Amino acid sequence: MGQFKTSYAKDMVIFPIRQDRIGVYLLLGFALVLLPLMMAFHVPPFRTDYFLLAILLPFLILSLAAIGVNILVGYCGQISLGSGAFMAIGAYMAYKFGTGISEIGLPPLPIVFAILLGGLSAAFFGVLFGLPSLRIKGLYLAVATLAAQFFFDWVFLRVKWFTNYAPSGSVSAPELKFFGYLVATPVEKYMVALIFVIVFALIAKNLVRGNIGRQWMAIRDMDIAAELMGIRPLVAKLSAFAVSSFIIGVAGALWAFLRLGTWEPLAFDINRSLELLFMVIIGGLGSILGSFLGAAFILIVPIFLTVLPAELGIPITTGTVSHLQNVIFGGMICCILIKEPLGFARLWQIGKEKLRMWPFPY
Amino acid sequence: MSVKAFKLALAAVGGLALSSPVVMAQGQNEQFIPLLSYRTGAYAVNGIPWANGVSDYFNLLNERDGGINGVKIAFEECETGYATDKGVECYERLKGKGATGAAFFNPLSTGITFALTEKTLADKIPIITMGYGRADSKNGAVFAWNFPFLGTYWSAADIAMQHVAKEMGGEDKLKGKKIALVFHDSPYGKEPIPTLQVLAKKYGFTLMELPVTHPGVEQKSTWLQIRQNRPDYVLLWGWGVMNGTSVKEAAAVAYPRDKVIGVWWSGAEPDVLPAGDQAIGYKALTLGQSGAGEFAVHAALKQHVYAKNKGIAKDDFAQVLYNRGMINAMLGVEGIRKAMTRYGNKPLTGEQIRWGLENLDLPAERIKELGFEGMLTPVKITCNDHEGARSARVQQWDGKQWKMISDMYTARQEYTEPLVKEISSKYAEEKKITARDCSKPE
Repeated sequence: MGQFKTSYAKDMVIFPIRQDRIGVYLLLGFALVLLPLMMAFHVPPFRTDYFLLAILLPFLILSLAAIGVNILVGYCGQISLGSGAFMAIGAYMAYKFGTGISEIGLPPLPIVFAILLGGLSAAFFGVLFGLPSLRIKGLYLAVATLAAQFFFDWVFLRVKWFTNYAPSGSVSAPELKFFGYLVATPVEKYMVALIFVIVFALIAKNLVRGNIGRQWMAIRDMDIAAELMGIRPLVAKLSAFAVSSFIIGVAGALWAFLRLGTWEPLAFDINRSLELLFMVIIGGLGSILGSFLGAAFILIVPIFLTVLPAELGIPITTGTVSHLQNVIFGGMICCILIKEPLGFARLWQIGKEKLRMWPFPY
Repeated sequence: MSVKAFKLALAAVGGLALSSPVVMAQGQNEQFIPLLSYRTGAYAVNGIPWANGVSDYFNLLNERDGGINGVKIAFEECETGYATDKGVECYERLKGKGATGAAFFNPLSTGITFALTEKTLADKIPIITMGYGRADSKNGAVFAWNFPFLGTYWSAADIAMQHVAKEMGGEDKLKGKKIALVFHDSPYGKEPIPTLQVLAKKYGFTLMELPVTHPGVEQKSTWLQIRQNRPDYVLLWGWGVMNGTSVKEAAAVAYPRDKVIGVWWSGAEPDVLPAGDQAIGYKALTLGQSGAGEFAVHAALKQHVYAKNKGIAKDDFAQVLYNRGMINAMLGVEGIRKAMTRYGNKPLTGEQIRWGLENLDLPAERIKELGFEGMLTPVKITCNDHEGARSARVQQWDGKQWKMISDMYTARQEYTEPLVKEISSKYAEEKKITARDCSKPE
């Protein structure tokens, strides 16, 4: 019974349980190979591209953003309400780099670099708005990051340089050429998002397992004790802000380029920040898996609740459905948080532990 | 798992299976028309009457005529809340429904229109943006799939300024005057600015641009600026709760309401009623010939839809936006009818309907036949001109109803056309679209 490790290296792999490992490989295989094939042959539910474009693509991108938020909020314990703003910085700066900045003679950059530079810009401003975290914490810090949200909402609405002086203030993604390959169809967009998510989830998972992640968690659990143990709060906190904003910025660029195509600052308003925060709280603070679960819950349940009455043939107006959806969804969030305050990730963990003790769980 | 939980889970799984697009039992002889609307949120006051008008008109056709030339209309509403990402989700959900896919989309949101413009191009579905949307999409050579029927924001801006000039006593009187534009800070509100700038240069007035942040309930600082600068006229480009707030704030700073002129999206009953007597004297454009009121088509609605208890409008029946929703539905349906003359009386694809919309020609007699006489001027769409008509009147609120106070104005294309050319060709270049040659018949 049980799996025994014979070396430290084996004990330190990302997925120490064999079943977990196999599960992840299967999931990756499904997402990378089987799903595009199903799409190509229109196997249900891929008869139309709805499932791919309206569910999977936003799910992947929001999961990525939630991973970013989770690093800051879940791993480092710094509450942030500015995630929407960092997504917006990623989106608009990626747009600027992708269309070229004529003022400094910069030609349009390849799209991958534009997206990564968008992320870097977000990281820069993340560090800047993370500075107050060295003095204040908790709810006070949340209010300080809220400033970022409103400031950048304002900047992208009013500073015309960011929108290349478009008369409507609405900007449109440049041609999506990845290494010379034009991405246009739903499957291609999905694959691009998937690759970004896999790469960044892997990086994030390894960061939080390593030295820097342990520093973040030490700061989260008790910052004074962490400092006494030789962890420098400045480095730990600001690195969390930088990494988190970088990932959120990349997600913002993907959201703008792949999902919306044409967007305005309203796409990244305070509601987006709150939504991301709810994702990590419901999914599970301090868990990469939780980010995915939370994103799935927040994104899919409302759509499901909206579609359900019509599909069951219940004759109520869309307005009533929309109100009902808010009520039911709100109730579900309350129930889940009362039953399991640590989120879905904790449920998964408990289930896994019970299975390992099976058939005698306690 | 308890029995109850198991049942719940089963119901959920069942629901999921139903909601997947596989199960779409739809009649084969039905034309599917999606309806993106908003009945909740900050813009619901305007979204509800419009959506009611659209769906009542579809119901009328189904009840009275059995659809369009015998093809029943199947329509489904999707709540966008005026939010772009929800609008995109609705679009993806509804675009493939029905026997032939969605006939056309009309999102009633400039932001959603911007986001859908590229998607409809790829999916070959027309997008009707009557009185809103991208102003440069008037140029059908570049924007083959966009139809900003009856007037773009650039036309609206020019018409509003024509009326201002007339009230002042001539275009030469505009020189040195101050005109403020209070606008919803979104693509919608920003659209008229290029035209107003052209006119400001031409006539020598100064343009004050005063943005109001979504949703528009906080306007104190905006109207403080108006109190300080005392512009001669205020043009209002608002939507939803912003409109009513603007009218109230104008009263609060004692700015004369009869010097405030709203665009045709700021001139409905929900925009003035909350302000009560403070709204008396406020002016707004109409889209086309008329605003509120009952016409021949309303009698038909009462007879065929409301008598059977199938209508959904309440107080909003025959209000400004309700009527506009009907006109919007009628133009789309006539586009389908036109396409049927070429492709036959059966459910058509978006691509076929696009042809119908582009060749839509509604002379006065046909409008009368449809029961819309007095509601809109003749419309003729061509490849070069996806707008079709660009006339409006000015109405004034007297505390109880909107009163027409002007004749028809027609937007002067000599001011808007260069902008259409410039900005649409810039778009074509950015998106690598080759403009169609409109001299060649399709």
